Amino acid sequence: MRKVLVLTETKEKKLRGVSQEVLTAAQRIAEGGEIIAVAIGSDATHYAHLLGIYGANKVYIVGNNELDVYTTDAYTQALQQVIDEVQPEAILLPHTAIGKDLAPRLAARLRLGLVSDVIDVQIEDGEVIFTRPIYSGKAFEKKKVVSGIPFATVRPNNIPVKENKVPVEIVRYPVEIKDLRTIVQDVVRKTAGGVDLSEAKIIISGGRGVKSVDGFKPLLELAKVLGGAVGASRGACDAEYCDYSLQIGQTGKVVTPDLYIACGISGAIQHLAGMSNSKVVVAINKDPEAPIFQIADYGIVGDLFEVVPLLAEEFKKVLVNS
Amino acid sequence: MNIIVLIKQTFDTEEKIVLQNGIINEDGVNFIINPYDEYAIEEAIKLREEHGGEVTVITFGPERSENALRTALAMGADKAVIVDSEDLDFDEYSTAKILAAVIKDREFDIILAGNVGVDYGSGQVGPRLAEELGIPQVITITNLVIEGNNAVIERDVEGDKEKIQVTLPVLVTAQQGLNEPRYPSLPGIMKAKKKPIECLELDDLDFEDDVERKTVVTQTFFPQKKAAGRILNGDLKDQVSELASLLRNEAKVI
Repeated sequence: MRKVLVLTETKEKKLRGVSQEVLTAAQRIAEGGEIIAVAIGSDATHYAHLLGIYGANKVYIVGNNELDVYTTDAYTQALQQVIDEVQPEAILLPHTAIGKDLAPRLAARLRLGLVSDVIDVQIEDGEVIFTRPIYSGKAFEKKKVVSGIPFATVRPNNIPVKENKVPVEIVRYPVEIKDLRTIVQDVVRKTAGGVDLSEAKIIISGGRGVKSVDGFKPLLELAKVLGGAVGASRGACDAEYCDYSLQIGQTGKVVTPDLYIACGISGAIQHLAGMSNSKVVVAINKDPEAPIFQIADYGIVGDLFEVVPLLAEEFKKVLVNS
Repeated sequence: MNIIVLIKQTFDTEEKIVLQNGIINEDGVNFIINPYDEYAIEEAIKLREEHGGEVTVITFGPERSENALRTALAMGADKAVIVDSEDLDFDEYSTAKILAAVIKDREFDIILAGNVGVDYGSGQVGPRLAEELGIPQVITITNLVIEGNNAVIERDVEGDKEKIQVTLPVLVTAQQGLNEPRYPSLPGIMKAKKKPIECLELDDLDFEDDVERKTVVTQTFFPQKKAAGRILNGDLKDQVSELASLLRNEAKVI
């Protein structure tokens, strides 16, 4: 049995899916031990009770309003104080923008090892074993912590959520925050209302074959129909058809959605590294020899500008009838 | 302005991974500077061009990493330091401790690094090092303006853009879109041959703490190969409705 501490996260006031995934991972590591969730910011009270559905026995609500906007210093101080209080035997954070910034900083402060970006966790011979992709998914490695407590960040979209409803004890735990060295002046939401690539269940992705900024329009339309996000290959980003924040690949984001539809993407090895571990891959390309077809579950050889709008129409029909 | 850049040599992103006895084989592999670190080098050189000063490039790695340092010097960095990694089983904890020992007695206003390595992809060393040195960090930056003792930084946060103000010294990590790294020029390559590379062993460094790794790799393996996919045939309209039906009924993802 292990006492496991997890950080949960919201986005636009909604509990992020990765919070449930991190709690599910915590259930495995806890092996019946206590799971303590940390909910940060002034809207934490709104969702704290939901965390019991996924096995959280206790929720520490750190409601300081200095924590409504993420800063490294404030969050590190907050989590450090909770960790000092709780004395956990394992720590899990989401591998999100926050987790990527916070976890290594915290690990250094606590003199702990950290296994980043894990996609699976299992107990093997009583030890906590994490699995993580390396070379953007060209290979995987299993890692364990050999000194100090297990500490990891969990990649969104990989751990199947398991409910384990338990009664939740709520602990209000304001912390002391001081000496913040960074000031967030402004946040420009480019993704407002949209779906974040790393957490999207469906991704429609465009490559050089999209040919222009306007060429992304049919992809955006299809994404809207399916409730998915739009991504791109490096080729499309380099050609300035879209923003670099959409790039998927070994440089760029690594994604593992349920469905990845590659439109006009030839499938360079760097791009494949970033998406080939998606559950189902559909390739649409004019060139039947394009390498993308070798890793696709389903392929259509054809012009994306004909195929994609037809697909959008077809899915509209299918989804209406369901 | 004293500028430090942390770099790592990585496999070329074109390379396939080959395992030999469970270990990644480096034979015949083409090595490059980690692409995100190239942005860091470019930004450092631009800062020096604007504010004056000196760019020091530091790496912790095996001997072959000297080539990466030479390339950075050819791009325009002034000097370089390599800490030999051959005698240590290390992880990110160790790397940050070692880099901190190299840097703590040097003067610096800003440290730049890539936000992640394209090989092991943990993105830990930057934030860990900032903590070891007791300075703030700003990761995944896409724009950097320094005026006096202040930096105004734009960073990518899951596709959104955050504008941050921070006082120097600071450690920042580069995200794609920060700049276009320059290619080394021929005169640059010639000059680089005469620029100093300081070679350090772990014994040359003072540690206040142990540097022994906290995590170990127990296994390296490949993802399961997928069965060959299906290319649809027939009239385009039929293909599209077949695909929709397959995704719904066979793959069950819609």
